[in-house]
Amino acid sequence: MNKILETMNLTSGYGDITIIDNISIYLESSEIVTIIGPNGAGKSTLLKAIFGMLPIFNGDVKFKENSIAGRNPSEIVSLGASFVPQTENIFPSLSITENLEIGGYQRSDNFQEQLDKMFQLFPELAKKSNEKASNLSGGQRQSLALARALMLDPVMLLLDEPSAALSPVMRQFIFEKIKEIAALGVGILMIEQNAEEALRQSDRGYVLAGGKIAFHDTAQAILANPEVGQLFLGIQKEK
Amino acid sequence: MEEILQLVVFGIVIGSIIGLGSMGLTLSYGITKFANFAHGDIMSLAMYIAYFIVVDLGLMGPTVFSLSFGWGMFLAIAVTIILLAIFSIAIDKLIYKKLRRDKSNIVTMAIASLGVGIIIRAVVTMFWGPFARNFVPGIHEAVPITGNILIKPDQIFIIALTIVVTIVMYYLLYHTKLGKAMRATADNPDLAAVSGININNILAYTWAITGALTAVAGIMLGIQAQVYINLGFNLLLPMFAAVILGGIGNPWGALIGGFVVAISSEVSTAWIATGYKPAVPFVILIIMLIVRPRGIFGSNI
Repeated sequence: MNKILETMNLTSGYGDITIIDNISIYLESSEIVTIIGPNGAGKSTLLKAIFGMLPIFNGDVKFKENSIAGRNPSEIVSLGASFVPQTENIFPSLSITENLEIGGYQRSDNFQEQLDKMFQLFPELAKKSNEKASNLSGGQRQSLALARALMLDPVMLLLDEPSAALSPVMRQFIFEKIKEIAALGVGILMIEQNAEEALRQSDRGYVLAGGKIAFHDTAQAILANPEVGQLFLGIQKEK
Repeated sequence: MEEILQLVVFGIVIGSIIGLGSMGLTLSYGITKFANFAHGDIMSLAMYIAYFIVVDLGLMGPTVFSLSFGWGMFLAIAVTIILLAIFSIAIDKLIYKKLRRDKSNIVTMAIASLGVGIIIRAVVTMFWGPFARNFVPGIHEAVPITGNILIKPDQIFIIALTIVVTIVMYYLLYHTKLGKAMRATADNPDLAAVSGININNILAYTWAITGALTAVAGIMLGIQAQVYINLGFNLLLPMFAAVILGGIGNPWGALIGGFVVAISSEVSTAWIATGYKPAVPFVILIIMLIVRPRGIFGSNI
């Protein structure tokens, strides 16, 4: 077992309001873990707290066995983690290539190699490499957002609702890409509204409710659990 | 017709000054998201730093290339660029940074900058007095471009310097890692931070570049007009007009906006009394805000 990320009793929020309380989760390399839960459960807060974008009130976050609590995002990026926000996850006035250059900002060598790798993974971006990112369609934007986050060869990727606002075909495409990325050895922790679809692609899942972990199991077990299905996945029991 | 062309030439000279000033204003806005009301006064400060070097320290030297000034002015421009770059970073660290940390709104930030401007004016007046001065007193003769259309060598210098600075800025913003990071930060600061860009460093560089542009624009204004403390502040509104015309946050838009503002107000004097000319760009601005609210070129760098 190779835990790349582990939160221990993590408590965080905005201002002095606690949003997530006592969260202990972990992520291994090459693993896809999905956090599901109703709106306002604290899913985005959890990702932001892990990535140094929110203050940690209590507990600890360990990345590759070192504490990253209190570090700022640019330090966490340099340690090998990457984050894709749900919205505004590209630089619209920069070209596709420039977006990827910014993704690889901390890279000092083999930039071109990594750029070629991203264009292989997302061929539709290669064709538009000099175009402004604002010209891209929703699915292409999401591809660019993923490619930007991969420019530093991270070992861990945090994804905030990667399939939000995408058509079913594009959702499928993005989930396939996420599986490809995980197969390269990257641990992926994502939160999703399209919970059922996301869990089908995942190894494990956490159910977050009211800022606490309500449930944790393998993705298959969560999908099979009638209670979770009814409460969080919108699956109706067959009569 | 010659009269109009003469006014256009004059407009290009003033437009160079307003354009470079606006470029600095819009760059700092792009990153900090507040309107810096001290910008005009920092331009005035630039004139006085240059005045100190070439007149008070007596470093002007003999005139060169038919210009009214000597090599000392080039030295003064270089020194002022460095000093104002440092000054702009220092003001940010001392005042604006604290306000940002306290999550002050943009009105508080803008009023704070107005205060900075007033302090600059007071301090400069304390040292150099309230009266206008000249880098080089006397009449500087103009030379014909064609026919009766005239231009002073100093004005050719102003236009040439603007072209050089524009090329440098283009190279910086589009072909260097720093420039791309600046554009990314202006576009989406949160994403820039999670991409591993240190936003505080980018802020410091942006203020330094803004300070440098302000230095050049301010000294050009002193060469074209006089060394006078209110000149920078008087240009603040035309500069804001240029920034909005070109699309807030867009340096090329600001430069073009500067030319639109200056040429329109100069050319208008062919038909209306000179006293009304400052109003002309604002009439254009209001029409443009109704027709195209995001500016001629939109708000992206």
